[in-house]
Amino acid sequence: MTVQDSITVDLAEVSVRDLNQRLHHLTDGGDADWQILNPRGQHAIAVGLMDPVQITIDGPVGYYCGGMNQNAQIVVNGHSGWGVAENIMSGVVRVRGNASESAAATGRAGLVVIEGDASSRCGVSMKGVDIVVGGSVGHMSGFLAQTGRMAVCGDAGADLGSSIYEAVIYVRGDVESLGADCIEKEMTDAHISELAELLTRAEVAADPSEFRRYGSARNLYHFKVDHADAY
Amino acid sequence: MTVDRRTVRESATFPPSVIAEIQRAADQGIYDIRGFGGKRRLPNFDDLVFLGASTSRYPLEGYRERCDTSVTLGARHAKKPIELKIPITIAGMSFGALGAHAKEAIGRAATEMGTSTTTGDGGMTEEERNSSKTLVYQVLPSRYGMNPDDLRRCDAIEVVVGQGAKPGGGGMLLGQKITERVAEMRTLPVGIDQRSACRHPDWTGPDDLAIKIRELREITDWEKPIYVKVGATRTRYDVALAAKAGADVIVVDGMQGGTAATQDVFIEHVGIPTLPAVRLAVESLKELDLHREVQLIVSGGIRTGADVAKALALGADAVAIGSAAMLALGCNKPVHEEDYRAIGAEPGYCHHCHTGRCPVGITTQDPDLERRLPPEVGARHLRNYLTVMVLELQTLARACGKSHIHNLEPEDMVALTIEAAAMAGVPLAGTDWIPGRTAF
Repeated sequence: MTVQDSITVDLAEVSVRDLNQRLHHLTDGGDADWQILNPRGQHAIAVGLMDPVQITIDGPVGYYCGGMNQNAQIVVNGHSGWGVAENIMSGVVRVRGNASESAAATGRAGLVVIEGDASSRCGVSMKGVDIVVGGSVGHMSGFLAQTGRMAVCGDAGADLGSSIYEAVIYVRGDVESLGADCIEKEMTDAHISELAELLTRAEVAADPSEFRRYGSARNLYHFKVDHADAY
Repeated sequence: MTVDRRTVRESATFPPSVIAEIQRAADQGIYDIRGFGGKRRLPNFDDLVFLGASTSRYPLEGYRERCDTSVTLGARHAKKPIELKIPITIAGMSFGALGAHAKEAIGRAATEMGTSTTTGDGGMTEEERNSSKTLVYQVLPSRYGMNPDDLRRCDAIEVVVGQGAKPGGGGMLLGQKITERVAEMRTLPVGIDQRSACRHPDWTGPDDLAIKIRELREITDWEKPIYVKVGATRTRYDVALAAKAGADVIVVDGMQGGTAATQDVFIEHVGIPTLPAVRLAVESLKELDLHREVQLIVSGGIRTGADVAKALALGADAVAIGSAAMLALGCNKPVHEEDYRAIGAEPGYCHHCHTGRCPVGITTQDPDLERRLPPEVGARHLRNYLTVMVLELQTLARACGKSHIHNLEPEDMVALTIEAAAMAGVPLAGTDWIPGRTAF
């Protein structure tokens, strides 16, 4: 196998399908840095990757960039469309701009960093992923969040953490409102330490002691008619 | 004082069953959540009959002439379409709702018969993958157990938008069924009620669905057929939109379709029966000139080879069975009757899948109960049942002079009721009348 320092793919000339096929069947470039040019908002760029490749995408991407990622390190130098890093399994997906809806939806592990703002339902149904948002998140972020951690350096929109399970949400700014069964919880030294580690790993500068912690009241874990008005 | 029975009059509006339900609701303050499918009488395939060949047509010889049952699914866009020997597939049923023995039994039987099985809300198990040669992997709103490795090792992908028992609703797997293994697969605590989402977390609407399907194709190198499953409601539009979104195969599940645990009010009052859903789906595909190019699988209350034949004659490419497959495994069988009574049920009437205490070891995670269903025994029963259905299907097709089951057509049937004639779009028996289309 030839080891190269850098491979450049121009999506103005190569189709997303061809790019993904190359990335799924690496015969060369497994150790290389991949530079993807002219993404122009196309969908499903660099999805289903399995190998620990470094990918830098120069420009905005459409839906599902980095979807179901395993091991790869993906950086988007631009904004992203819906479902960036959806169901991520491992590795890192970093968006240097803003992310549209459902960022890191159902993510199971790995790290997703949105350096700008994330829209609504950020971290929806998250199942173990770590999410760090440099800016703010839209409404219903953390909806049905099962496990994992989400740190929001800005504000959170309405109904944060609605029907949350065991996931943990940290927010530094204002929370417009909490969703069903989501409550504020004590921020202990252990949590501050855990958050500090997460922010450091995400390379996002913020003072962890300024955050508040939110999680499940666990009142809706078993359906009881007395809780019907919580929905 | 004795009651003069001549003065006792039952209310049509408030019969004893309605009175009992009102008083149960008043006592318990919660709606009824149960398994199984709709129990009310609905227009169905029994309301259609075939016009066997006579002087105007000639039949094929029953035990001599070939009647092919093969079906290809997913050739529209997928590099590796599915080839099935029979047009009866096994519908999605989750590990969690079903135990591992049941899933393995289903996989074995399907493999021996040359057909496919489908995962469910909870992901793929090793038992299922190993036992089922052709396995359809569901992408559900909850995404429990979703992972790209299983996407790559499945044979087809089914994006579930809805199901017949609860179109527009999510499931509820009650805490008593959430063992450590089920909880781990779903990434949730043991023993809590699990509310499966009713809509997908990362797309809304048909334009998004098209992009989602493309993502799944990209992840799997465009190899796998992609199905879209919808509960039967606005079937004409749902089928058209799924086809436009790029589906290779569309699954339409009528309101008789089963569930592991859903509100009774949902099961009985939402959706349309399978009978009109088939006709609407076929018409929709024909309008787009995609009939047979996009395959149609119909499910919801399919019980016999006659049901299969009628669904195919209306234009379906294949059917899927769920409840019937469980019944073949032993669901509602009159054995272990004391255990039925312990959960408030009786053989023949049980819909207590939600309790996790299935007396015949199908919808349970309890090892002692599961031992009542050895996979090899369950597989034999299901294989026998599928064999009978196929023989019935071929018998009816030959009687109509068809050398392939897909040659059955609506013109081979008439309806016994006005309702069925209108819903299926075939004439009322003895007339040329199709209500809504032709004058009487």
